[in-house]
Amino acid sequence: MTAMTGNTTGAIEQRTGSGPAQLEICGVTKAFPGCLANDNISFRIEPGEIHALLGENGAGKSTLVKMIYGVMQADSGDLLWEGNPVTIASPHDAREMGIGLVFQHFSLFETMTVLENIALAMNDVRDMAVLRQQVAEVEKTYGLPLDADRHVYTLSVGERQRIEIVRCLLQNPKLLILDEPTSVLTPQEVDKLFETLRRLANEGCAILYISHKLHEVKALCEHATVLRGGKVVATCDPRAETAKSMAEMMIGQKLVAPDRGVRPAPGDARLAVKNLSLVSDQQFGTDLKDISFSVRGGQILGVAGVAGNGQNELFQALAGETEIHGTPDCIILDKQPVADFGPRRRRRLGAAFVPEERNGHGAVPDMSLAENGFLTAFRRMALSARGLIREVPTRIFADSIIKTFDVRTTGNSAEAGSLSGGNLQKFIVGREIMQDPGVLVISQPTWGVDAGAASAIHQALLDLAAKGTAVLVISQDLDEIYAICDQVVVMAAGKMSAARNMADASIDEIGLLMGGLHDLGGETAPELNGGPK
Amino acid sequence: MIRLEPRRHHSQKMVYLSPLLAIVLTLISGAIIFAFMGKDPIEALYTFFIMPINNAYGIGELFVKGTPLVIIAIGLAMGFRANVWNIGAEGQLTMGAIFGGALALAFYDSTSVFLLPGMFVMAAIGGAFWGAIPAWLRTRFNANEILTSLMLTYVATLFLSYLVYGPWRNPEGFNFPESRAFPNAALLPIIYDGTRVHLGAVFALLIVAGGWVLLTKSVVGFQLRVVGQAPQAARHVGFRQKRMVWFTLLLSGGLSGLAGMFEVAGPIGQLQPSISPGYGFTAIIVAFLGRLHPIGILFAGLVISLTYLGGELAQISLGLPSAVTGLFQGILLFFLLGCDVLTKYRIRFGSASKSGEPA
Repeated sequence: MTAMTGNTTGAIEQRTGSGPAQLEICGVTKAFPGCLANDNISFRIEPGEIHALLGENGAGKSTLVKMIYGVMQADSGDLLWEGNPVTIASPHDAREMGIGLVFQHFSLFETMTVLENIALAMNDVRDMAVLRQQVAEVEKTYGLPLDADRHVYTLSVGERQRIEIVRCLLQNPKLLILDEPTSVLTPQEVDKLFETLRRLANEGCAILYISHKLHEVKALCEHATVLRGGKVVATCDPRAETAKSMAEMMIGQKLVAPDRGVRPAPGDARLAVKNLSLVSDQQFGTDLKDISFSVRGGQILGVAGVAGNGQNELFQALAGETEIHGTPDCIILDKQPVADFGPRRRRRLGAAFVPEERNGHGAVPDMSLAENGFLTAFRRMALSARGLIREVPTRIFADSIIKTFDVRTTGNSAEAGSLSGGNLQKFIVGREIMQDPGVLVISQPTWGVDAGAASAIHQALLDLAAKGTAVLVISQDLDEIYAICDQVVVMAAGKMSAARNMADASIDEIGLLMGGLHDLGGETAPELNGGPK
Repeated sequence: MIRLEPRRHHSQKMVYLSPLLAIVLTLISGAIIFAFMGKDPIEALYTFFIMPINNAYGIGELFVKGTPLVIIAIGLAMGFRANVWNIGAEGQLTMGAIFGGALALAFYDSTSVFLLPGMFVMAAIGGAFWGAIPAWLRTRFNANEILTSLMLTYVATLFLSYLVYGPWRNPEGFNFPESRAFPNAALLPIIYDGTRVHLGAVFALLIVAGGWVLLTKSVVGFQLRVVGQAPQAARHVGFRQKRMVWFTLLLSGGLSGLAGMFEVAGPIGQLQPSISPGYGFTAIIVAFLGRLHPIGILFAGLVISLTYLGGELAQISLGLPSAVTGLFQGILLFFLLGCDVLTKYRIRFGSASKSGEPA
C-alpha cells in the first residue's frame, strides 16, 4: 500500500466543510491495458450536497463510480469515508457503509413483482411483511408511488426507475449515486425525480449525480467536477455557469452550433407511412398502432419519445428488417409501396438506414472498415462485379468516407471494433450519406458519441437535408431534436402523435406527449381523466 | 501468479501461431503418453511422425488420406463461418459414395469415358441431398442442424450396410458383404506411378483454390461471414440467414459426397460396409486447425493425414492400439482450442499491472 506521509493536498483544490466530507477521493488512479481510465482524481462530496460528475463518454466517470461502489479496486489512491480511509471490497460492503447506486441500465427481473425485486437487492430480508411496510413508508415520505404487487414488465420506465431508487432508500444511504438517471424519463418525470433528490439532500444525504445533460445539472447541482481523459480538468458551481460553458469544459474546446444553411422549399413526400400497425415479434416488445406520418424532401422530422415505446419496431419496419406482407402501401418510398420489400430492395430505391446499435448491427466489429463500407454500399456504389468484390473501389470508397467525415483511424484495414464510438458512428453515418440517399432513417444518431463527433454528425444531417433528402431522426434526446429537426412527432406506447412544427412545440407539450397523454383511451394516463365520475 | 489479461485487439499473430503451438504441445504430450506406455518416446514419435513419410509411397499416402479430409473441411469451414454446424459430413460422404457407386454398379461392364463424370455429378447430388434434409428441418422447423445432421450419419451408414449385405452384394463374391469391383472406367486414374495418389488430389487442390475465391473474394463469401459474425447486421442489410443455411449445407454436403465417391472410386474400388475411417468427423478438426481458411485447411489436412498414417505404423511396428490415432487427433483439437484463448488474451506473470504508480 502507499504510505504517503505529508501533502497529498498540494495540487488539490480543497473546500473546507464544517466537518469531514461524506466521501473524499484522494488521488485515485486506475489503469486498464493501454488506457489510463482515472489519473490521480481527487474531490470531495459533503453531506447534503448534490454534486455533479461531468464528462464525455470515456472520460472515466463509470470507472470512478465502480471503484466507489466496490465493483473494482483502485490501483493507487485512497477513499476517505467520513474522514476515515476505507477499502470497499464489494458492492455488498458499499451498501453496508451506506452507499446506494441507481444504475443507468436497470437491473430488474421483468417477470417478478416490485416487492420481489426489492427483496432481491437487499443485503438481508427477514420478513416480507415488514419489508412491504418499509417500502410503503419510503414511498409516502418521498412521493414515489409504487404498487408493490405489480409485475415489472407492466411498468413504465419511470416507474422502474422508482423501484431502483426505493431500493436504495430502504438502506438509508448516506451517499446516493445516480448514473445518467434521466436518459429514459420524460421532462415531467425528471421534475419529480429532482424533487425527491432535493428532499433527500435536505435530510443530509450526499448525492453524486452523473449526467451529460447540462440543463439538468444546472437546475439541480451545487457543485460539479469535470473529468476529461481520466483527469479532473475543472470544478465549478453549475448555477453560475451556462450549459454551453460547461460543455466546453467537458470537451476542452469551443462549441459551435450547427449551421442550418439554406434549405430548398420542402418538396414532395419522399417517405410516407400510412396506418402502419404491427404486432411485435419480441416478448415485451411494443406493438405499433396505426402510425401515419410523412417526410418531405429537404425536411428533417424528429421522432421523440422515451425508449421502448415502439421506436425499435418502427425502425425495423422502415428499414425492411421486418417485412409487412398484405398491405404493401403502408410504407411508401418515393411513390413506390415498399412495405413487403426487404432491406436490399429498399436501398436500391434510394433509402439508407443507420440503426441505433453500432457494433453488430450497423457494422461488423471484426471486419475491416473497407468491408464495412462494402456492407451496405456494394450495390449503390458498384463495389461488386459478377459476384466478386472489387477490392480497389471498395478501399477507395472507405478511404473517401474516412477523409470526408474525419474518421480517426489507422486506415481502411482497421477493424471497425477498434474505433471509438464517435469515430465508428461517423464512419457509419458517412457510409450512408456518401451513397447520396433520397431518404435517410437514422436512430439515435449521437447516442454515446463525444460532443465533437456529435456536432459533426448533426451538421452532416443538416447538409444532407439541404440537398433535398428526406431525413427521419429517431432520438430520445430532446436537445438533439430541437437542434436539428424541422418537425417533431412523439411516440408513446406504440402510437404516434401528429406532427408539430419545431417552432410551435414547447418542451412541456412534448413531455406530456412522451408520457402518453395524447392517448385519450386512458390506459396509460388514468390520473388525467380518472376523477370521480 | 499467472493471469490472463484481455487484449484490446485480436492478435493476428496468435491466430496463426496457435495451431503451431498446439502441434508442439501435442507432440510433447504424445511423448509423455508413450513413455507411460513403456515405449521409448523418441522412437515412438519417430515411428509415428517421420517413418510414414520417409519414402515416395509414404508421401503419396499422405495425399491419399489428405484428399478427402481437405475436400470435406473446405465445405464445412464455409458453414462454420456462417454459424451453420454441419456435423454430419460422414453421412453425406457415405451417401455420395452410394449415389456415385450406384452409377458404377449399374454400368459395371461399361468402358464409357462419361461414366466417371457422371459419378461426380451423382455423388455431389447424393451428398447435397443428405445435407438438404438438415437444411430443410432447420429453416422450416428451426431444428438444430447439429443433431439432425449427426443422426442422419447413422442412417446413411446403415443404409450402405443394407445395400452391400443385400441387393448390391456381388453375386460372384462368395457371399462377402461387398459390391462388385468397379469397372476401370469408373476408377480414378493414378497420377503418380508407384503411389496410390489419384485424380481426386488434383480436385482437392482445385477445391482449395475455389474455396479461397469464394470465401475471400466473392459477395456470397462476404455474406456468409457477415451472417456468422453479426447476424443482426446481416438482417439489417438483407442477407438472409435461411439462404445461407441452405447454401452452406448443400455445398458442404455436395463436397462431402464427392469425397466419398473419390474413396470408393479411388483406393477402395468398390462399395463395402465401411468406406471411411471417420474422415467426415476428422475434417471438423482439420477445418478448425486450418483456421476455417482454405489455405490453412490444405496444410491442416496433411498434418491430420499424418496421424492416420502414424497410427497405422504404430500398430504394426510398436504394437500400439489403433486408438492412438484418435487420441492424437483429440489431443490436437484440445490444445488448439486452448491456444486460441491467446488470440483474445495474453498471459501475464505476477500481480496487477504496474502502470500508474503514484509519483
